[in-house]
Amino acid sequence: MRREPAARIIGKRSWGDFHLLRLESPDLAAGASPGRFLMIRTSDGFDPLLRRPLSLHDAGDVWIELFFRVAGRGTALLAKKKEGETLDCLGPLGRGFRMDGFGAGRTAWLIGGGRGVAPLYYLARTLISRGAGVRVFYGGKTSAEIPLREKFESAGIPLDCATDDGSFGFAGFVTALLERALEGGRPDGLFACGPDAMMKRTGRMALGLGLPAQLSLEAVMGCGFGACWGCVHRIKKDDGGQWRKICEDGPVFGADEILWEEA
Amino acid sequence: MADLSTDLGFLRLRNPVLTASGTFGYGTEFLPFLDLAAVGGIVVKGLYFGPREGNPPPRLVETASGLINAIGLQGVGVERFAADVLPELRRRDTAVIVNVCGSGDEEYYRVIEFLDGHEGIAAYELNISCPNVKRNGACPAMDPRATREIVAGAKRRSRRPVIAKLSPNVTDIASIARAAEDGGADGISLINTLLAMAVDLDTRKPKLGNVLGGLSGPAIKPVALRMTYQAARAVKIPVIGMGGICTGRDALEFMLVGARAVQVGTANFVDPASAARIVREIGDYCDARGLARAADIVGTLKTGL
Ligand SMILES: Cc1cc2nc3c(=O)[nH]c(=O)nc-3n(C[C@H](O)[C@H](O)[C@H](O)COP(=O)(O)OP(=O)(O)OC[C@H]3O[C@@H](n4cnc5c(N)ncnc54)[C@H](O)[C@@H]3O)c2cc1C
Ligand SMILES: Cc1cc2nc3c(=O)[nH]c(=O)nc-3n(C[C@H](O)[C@H](O)[C@H](O)COP(=O)(O)O)c2cc1C
Ligand code: FES
Repeated sequence: MRREPAARIIGKRSWGDFHLLRLESPDLAAGASPGRFLMIRTSDGFDPLLRRPLSLHDAGDVWIELFFRVAGRGTALLAKKKEGETLDCLGPLGRGFRMDGFGAGRTAWLIGGGRGVAPLYYLARTLISRGAGVRVFYGGKTSAEIPLREKFESAGIPLDCATDDGSFGFAGFVTALLERALEGGRPDGLFACGPDAMMKRTGRMALGLGLPAQLSLEAVMGCGFGACWGCVHRIKKDDGGQWRKICEDGPVFGADEILWEEA
Repeated sequence: MADLSTDLGFLRLRNPVLTASGTFGYGTEFLPFLDLAAVGGIVVKGLYFGPREGNPPPRLVETASGLINAIGLQGVGVERFAADVLPELRRRDTAVIVNVCGSGDEEYYRVIEFLDGHEGIAAYELNISCPNVKRNGACPAMDPRATREIVAGAKRRSRRPVIAKLSPNVTDIASIARAAEDGGADGISLINTLLAMAVDLDTRKPKLGNVLGGLSGPAIKPVALRMTYQAARAVKIPVIGMGGICTGRDALEFMLVGARAVQVGTANFVDPASAARIVREIGDYCDARGLARAADIVGTLKTGL
């Protein structure tokens, strides 16, 4: 973990509200692994004040990629950045996906909803390079909300898409698509990132089937490196639950560790 | 190079920049980003006697140039602090100030009595802004008498200097500052966060799990500066100012209105090396202006009165 005050943008692509940035930084790349994230300043001044967390979407030897959706002021400012400009980044931070055991002869199913697909591309590439079989389930509200489908396809990563409005692929939630697929076969593990409701469903499905699942959680983050205790989620302990920091103990947790608040 | 050393009377610091409680973890979280020996000292996260759960999320909301937090002082308690954190901090060349919390006066005293048995602490900062169970949820810092009593009680028991940390959520900060001085405080620090809230119009729900929270960051600087000024005029003991400090110039403004030292809070989240940078910027300012000692600027505001 370190601060990279001036990572240069060396590539950019946009699809409506979704944007992909490639940053040049050997230091950020050196600490990269799937599921880890960066804290990024979106302005030079104090408004927005806090850094914004974004997952590593991919990484090479001297570069990293980010994929994000405009959600508010910070990400809107980030979307305006152009090639050649620099970003002030902190990271990589957090504990990413645990991939031990996922080599040749093992299969992993990855489930991503909306912007939650961001870390799954890097994860899919890494698992495949280790010899594991990978299948990605990718969902959004409309076909415009699953802009990465061509990127997955051109990398040769098996992909199943779902849209709420049926404008592309399976009509319905990506969790329903997953449920159907699970009737036909079982992977050795599930890896998911997306909105809370999706994570809750995926986690419950995995527990019901006795499948190990790793879920990447989100929270508003004050610091990203364990100092403010602002990013907690309820995690199981022997004596019940405990608030644990998503930025430091996560963002990836086992589905069997996570306690969901009753809504 | 200007002399940045700071004498609080009860404590000599390498420079006037401390890190504010709750924004610097237990100190060790920042080791990848800055050398603790570069700052005047660190104030660690508020400690109750036992471990604390804290509030349900969401715990943070960002506002215009500010942050509202309702962490609820989640923490490890004194035993684990003394066993796991203090030994690590003792190896670092920095003054460690412990922010002491309590849900009643007795708990503050128990924290102090326990920590008095351990080495490596320079002073206690009494966080008298904690909601107090016995006082109907009101915090001692809102009432002069309660402030005097709890400070006096802490002073009687402590073998170390006691700084009273004041809340801005009062009508007359000068009277609270004087009450802390009357109770025997060695110094006062201010301001803690301003009571605040944020709501979501569309869902009609509060944005914080705890409904109410405390506002910090650049948004509160003018209020903090005003209260530091008023408090410094009201007492003779040293005043430590804070609230929205992000740069060396911000820090020097607090010194100008009477603070002998400052604390850096929310800025630590944005730039984890803020405190060390602010020390450098204070030095640069003094050098550029030919000021031999940063301390010479303390309380030199020209009001024309
Ligand atoms: C570990 C982690 C990794 C993430 N990775 C990505 C990613 O790769 N791509 C991506 O598009 N997004 C990602 N996010 C979410 C992203 O951080 C938020 O969308 C962003 O911070 C919103 O900032 P803003 O200023 O644009 O919106 P704001 O105006 O601050 O907020 C807009 C809305 O988003 C909510 N929000 C704010 N911050 C967060 C947050 N940190 N998490 C969830 N909701 C939030 C607010 O409550 C509000 O409703 C990640 C979040 C976390 C915690
Ligand atoms: C997340 C957070 C946690 C805090 N926790 C404490 C605490 O434990 N004890 C305390 O006295 N003040 C606490 N504070 C208040 C700060 O120490 C400081 O008084 C306040 O934030 C104003 O300074 P700033 O604007 O520079 O942050 C906390 C502030 C924040 C933002
Ligand atoms: S974001 Fe500050 S502790 Fe996790």
